[in-house]
Amino acid sequence: MRISDLFGETFFSLASNKSRSALTILGIVIGIGSVIAMISVGQGSAKDISSRIESLGTNLLVVMPGSQKSAGQVVRGGMGSSQTLTMSDAEAIKEIKDIQAVASTVSSRKQVTVKGANTNTSIYGIDSNYFGIKNIEVDLGSVINASQVTSQSKVAVLGPTTRDDLFGADADPIGQKIRIGSQEYFVIGVTKSKGGSGMGSSDDLIYIPLTTAQQYLTGSQSVSNINVQVSQENLMTVVQAQIQELLLQRHRISDPASADFSIMNQADMLSAMSSITQTLTLLLGAIAGISLIVGGIGIMNMMLTTVTERTREIGLRKSLGAKSKDISLQFLTESVALTFIGGFIGFLVGWGGSWLINKLSGLTTSVNSSSVILSFVVAAVVGIVFGYYPARRAAKLNPIEALRYQ
Amino acid sequence: MIRCENITKIYATGGTDLAVLKDVSFEIAKGEFVAIIGPSGSGKSTLMHILGALDRPTSGKYFLDDKDVGELSDEDLAEIRSSKIGFVFQSFNLLPRSTVLRNVMLPFIYDEHTLVSERKEKAAKALKAVGLEEDRWGHLSNQLSGGQMQRVAIARALVNEPGILLADEPTGNLDSKTGQIVLQTFQKLNKENGNTIILITHDHNVANFANRVIEIKDGVIVADKKTNQNL
Repeated sequence: MRISDLFGETFFSLASNKSRSALTILGIVIGIGSVIAMISVGQGSAKDISSRIESLGTNLLVVMPGSQKSAGQVVRGGMGSSQTLTMSDAEAIKEIKDIQAVASTVSSRKQVTVKGANTNTSIYGIDSNYFGIKNIEVDLGSVINASQVTSQSKVAVLGPTTRDDLFGADADPIGQKIRIGSQEYFVIGVTKSKGGSGMGSSDDLIYIPLTTAQQYLTGSQSVSNINVQVSQENLMTVVQAQIQELLLQRHRISDPASADFSIMNQADMLSAMSSITQTLTLLLGAIAGISLIVGGIGIMNMMLTTVTERTREIGLRKSLGAKSKDISLQFLTESVALTFIGGFIGFLVGWGGSWLINKLSGLTTSVNSSSVILSFVVAAVVGIVFGYYPARRAAKLNPIEALRYQ
Repeated sequence: MIRCENITKIYATGGTDLAVLKDVSFEIAKGEFVAIIGPSGSGKSTLMHILGALDRPTSGKYFLDDKDVGELSDEDLAEIRSSKIGFVFQSFNLLPRSTVLRNVMLPFIYDEHTLVSERKEKAAKALKAVGLEEDRWGHLSNQLSGGQMQRVAIARALVNEPGILLADEPTGNLDSKTGQIVLQTFQKLNKENGNTIILITHDHNVANFANRVIEIKDGVIVADKKTNQNL
C-alpha cells in the first residue's frame, strides 16, 4: 500500500462522514486545548514568581535578626523583631571572601505628610549600594549616594506608589519637601515600579540614608536587615555557612539552634516556590488530561462504529487483495489523523484560551515550545492507543463473513 | 490453470462436523467460461471461496497456476486475490458516495505493481470493456441503475487484469433484462478478452450462458457437461 493511497483513503473516509468526524475531533480539541491552557497558567505563574524573586536582586542572602529569647521564656518574639544585628556585624561580614557587596537597612513605619496629603508607609534607611544589590532603578531624579549616607543628609527617594499617594499620579516631586515624623526631607528621586502590592511591595515605601534613619527614626545602631550579594551563585551556600559561623562567634552563641539571627537564601526561596508551582502545573494538567482521555474514548467509539458500519467494505477490500496489515493501518491512520487535526486545533484553542485567561484574569500565562511538542505527542499517542483496538478488530474480520454481513 | 484434487471442506458447528464439500475434483482450463450450478446449501459458495483464495480446503489440494494454494500464508493469499482473481458479487459491493472511476480504481490501492500513472488508463480500458458509457464515469455509484452498478463491479474485477473472474450470483439482484446484459458482458469478455470466467448460480437459464456447466449437489459434483453455447 502506497503512503499516498493511505492518506487518500483516510481523507476520503473522514470526509464522507463530516459531522461525525468533526464531533470526534471536537472532543480532542477540548482535551488538548484545556491541557495547553492549564499548563500555560501553571508555567506562567512559575515564571511570574521566579522573576519576582529574581527582581529582588541576584545571588542574595538576607541576614535578619532573630526572635528575642531569654532563659525560661516560652513565648518567642516575632522574627526580626529583636535588635541583635548591628552595623559592626555588617562590617565584619564584608570581610568574608566571595562577597560582592553588603548593604544594611533599617526599616520602620511612619506617618508621612506633605502639604495637603499624608500617608502611612515604610521608611527604609539604606546604604548607598542598596539600590545596586536590589536592582532598583530611579525613574526620576537620583539615588542616595555615599556622601549623603556619611553626612546624615535628610534626603528621600520615593517609591512610585508613595509618590502617587503624596503628590498625585505621575507628578514630579523632585525638590519638594516631605515630613517624616518631626523632620523635613528633600525628595531627590522616584524609583521605577517593580510591581507587586500590599505588604513588602517595593513600590510603596520611602528610602532615606541609613545613618539618617538610625539617628532620627530608630535611635539605635542596630539594623533590620543585612543584604549580602554573593559573587557567584554556586558559592551561596558556602558564604551562608561562613556568615552563620561568623555571627555565632560574634554574638557568642555556641548552639546554632538558638541563634539570634537567621539567614534567608534566595535560591532556597526560589526552589520552594518552584516546587509549589510545579505541583500546581501538574494538578491543572492532570485535570485537563481527564478530558483528553474522554476525547480518546470518543475516538475509539467512533472507530468501532465505523468498523461495524463498514464490515462489508472491509470484506470487499480483503477480496480485492488487502492484507490484514493494510486494513489495520488504514483504520489506525484514520484515528491518528483525527487526533492530529484535533491536536493542532486544540493547540490553537489552548493558546487562544491562555491569552484570554491572561487578558480577563490578569494571571500570567506562558505557552512554550514544549507545550506544542506535548500536544502533538499526546495527540499521536491517544490516536494510536484508542485506534489500536478498532483497527485490530477490522483487520481480524474474516473476509467471507464480512462480505455476508448485513 | 485451476486444478482441484479431492477437495473437502468441513465446518465444525456446535460439536457436529458438517461436510460442505466432499471429495470434489475438477479442472478448469485457461479461457473457459464455466458455470457452477446448484441449489442453496449445495456447497457452491464454499467452493467459490476456496477458488477465490478467501478460504482453504480442510483436505485435498487446490492448484492455481500450478501453485498449491492450501500451503500459502494469509499474506500470499491476499497477493493472489490482488493479482489473479477478480470478484463480482450479487450485491455489487460498490463504495457508496464514490465515483465510478474511484470504485474501479480501488483494487490498485492494494496492488503496488501498477504504477500510479497507469491507473486511469487501465480503469478506462476496463470500463470500456464492460460497455459503460464514458459520461457515467464521474457519477456516484449510488446514482446508477442496477445493471450499470454490476458492470462497474465487473470493471473493478477486471482492472487488475486477473486471469480469473469469479462471479457469485451476479444477476441475483437484477431483473431478467438487465441480467441478460450483464451475462452478455461476461460472454464478450470471455470471447474477446480471453478471460477465464467462473459463474456461480442456482439458475439454469443463467448457467446456459456459459460454455460448460458443473452441477453440484450436497457437496458432490453430479454433472459436468458442455452447453450448446459451444455450437
